[in-house]
Amino acid sequence: MSTVQNTEYLASPRGSRDAAEAASRGRLRLGDPIFRVVATACGLAVAAAMFGLTAVLIYNSWPAIAGLKTEVLTTVAWSPSSGQYGALAALAGTALSTVVAMVIAVPLALVIALLLVELVHPSIGRIIGMAVEMLAAIPSIIFGMVGLFVVVPFMQETIVPWLVESPLGSVPGIKPGPTFQGGGLSIFTAGIVLAFMVLPYITAVARDVLRMVPQVTKEAGYGMGSTTWEVLHKISLRYANSGIVGAVFIGLGRALGETMAVAFIVGSVYTDLPRSLLDPGTTIASLIANTFNEATDQIQIAALIELGLILFLISMVFQVIAQLWLRRVQRKTGGRA
Amino acid sequence: MNGRRSQATERGAGGAPLGTVAQSGRKAPALRHRSVARRKAVDLIVKVLAWIGAWFGIAVMAFVVWEVVVRGISAISWSFFTQSTPQDVTSTSGGLANAIVGTLVITLVAAAIGIPTGFFGGIYLAEFGRNGRVATAVRMIANVVMGVPSIIVGVFAFAIMVKPVSHYSGFAGSIALAFIMLPVMARTTEDILNLVPNELRESGLAMGAPRWKVTLGVVCKAARGGLITGATLAIVRVAGETAPLLFTALSSPYWMSGLFGSGGFFGGPVANLTKTIYDLAGTPYPAWQSLAWGGALVIIVAVLGMNLLVRLLFQRGKEW
Repeated sequence: MSTVQNTEYLASPRGSRDAAEAASRGRLRLGDPIFRVVATACGLAVAAAMFGLTAVLIYNSWPAIAGLKTEVLTTVAWSPSSGQYGALAALAGTALSTVVAMVIAVPLALVIALLLVELVHPSIGRIIGMAVEMLAAIPSIIFGMVGLFVVVPFMQETIVPWLVESPLGSVPGIKPGPTFQGGGLSIFTAGIVLAFMVLPYITAVARDVLRMVPQVTKEAGYGMGSTTWEVLHKISLRYANSGIVGAVFIGLGRALGETMAVAFIVGSVYTDLPRSLLDPGTTIASLIANTFNEATDQIQIAALIELGLILFLISMVFQVIAQLWLRRVQRKTGGRA
Repeated sequence: MNGRRSQATERGAGGAPLGTVAQSGRKAPALRHRSVARRKAVDLIVKVLAWIGAWFGIAVMAFVVWEVVVRGISAISWSFFTQSTPQDVTSTSGGLANAIVGTLVITLVAAAIGIPTGFFGGIYLAEFGRNGRVATAVRMIANVVMGVPSIIVGVFAFAIMVKPVSHYSGFAGSIALAFIMLPVMARTTEDILNLVPNELRESGLAMGAPRWKVTLGVVCKAARGGLITGATLAIVRVAGETAPLLFTALSSPYWMSGLFGSGGFFGGPVANLTKTIYDLAGTPYPAWQSLAWGGALVIIVAVLGMNLLVRLLFQRGKEW
């Protein structure tokens, strides 16, 4: 930014005189160790936060882990009033909504990233890129509201009736199940809204990865007379292959734990496995969000915290895979992922 | 796009190593046999599909913002910014003033905790830890913590701040938000400090200045634009969070009254914008839903406005 200015600052006689004075007074020896200790402590605080979080979650869910044994992970229904604490329905809902989201978001993110890097003029690409980054900043509650008041009615009145009437409507998994409520509040709707929430994240990483493809490699392709598409799919995509996998994992981690948008629109059916994407269901995060404050029973609170722990572990696994993967890609290609 | 391509081709012809693809590409013979017209057609189809897909994605995003603006604008009035959350369904007045103030207080306290800690953590990573084993582990953990779902952080803050004292508090919400800010700020600070050339550090140290003075007075001063941008974006990001506040700050239809006592910042639930929106939007009353849209508009304007502002103000800081 202002190298010149800073060099001047350093070269000015005042700076050196200050330093010399400080040295003569012995402040040097005290200032630096304190600074180093404070910085190191704050750095370690980041790590401590993570371990603290894990320990606190395990400690607080222990009554459920010890008391309910494997019930949480092996039974379907969540019904505290009748003493049932099964989370399979929530796990299934989490998995299904995430899959729907990724199926929609990944191809869209890829074409947007390709467009940004390869097809449009760099100045337009920068503007669109900035718009995408800003859209990642829109809070999830906003997506939840738009989902509830705009997307849900649209699905209920237009898309789902059409889908059920069409040949697809008799395919298992889309055919309405026993808990079908019209399809507005459903796992499918939640997945669609989720897709647009994670889109900016995947796009941003995919764009960075595609930018790492060396210009010479692409130029070589064009020099051979390739069309843009041939360069994209035979050179850029092949080169950026593994980085894009990393981008997908980042998006996956986001979609798994997304709460507010899903809590509004997933339908909140806790007691049955979803038989169809058009059925209402629940996810781990929205089950916690919607029932935690009403929980009075100690075992129920502990079971909900255990669910939090499970979600934490799942998303951590995906994050770690993504980080390791992207780091490997970075080392292999020598760029900044 | 044609200009870009021809430019690339020219540069490729100007001495760049062209052999890589031709030698390794086993598909090359297949290419030769395909007609130019067909290849051009495929190219065109893909370009058109990419344009449609990309603009569809972008249009959906624009639509989200548009919906919030259109539905929220009618709820905005003078009383929206001066009155507290309505408790009576039949009343037509009421606003979100108490929630806006609550969100500001909770977020600022969170920033006061999370920003300095994260900043010094970033200094540790960039200036002291560098590529050591501990710093590599801390960096990795920070990246993982950034991906922890925010509702988990809410549960965590509930367990350490609410459960022991058996009452909700605004401060518990601040702790949850500070937790989210910490790794974001640390990694942003590190990334920005790493962009500062080493020569600056070396010349500072060569002048005899102590390490802390070089780091804070030279390196951070050089990178201040980026640091301010990073801190602002971290604050703005948590200001719109809902899930961490669900079980910590909860919400309240009243104004926050002082620090302690059941209505105070440390003593009880504190009204905040996001949780209030969540509650109001879930009711079947149109007037309350409209208030929720107004709140959503306030959030979106604040978040996008601040984003745009720091990006425009410190665009030059981004280079460093």
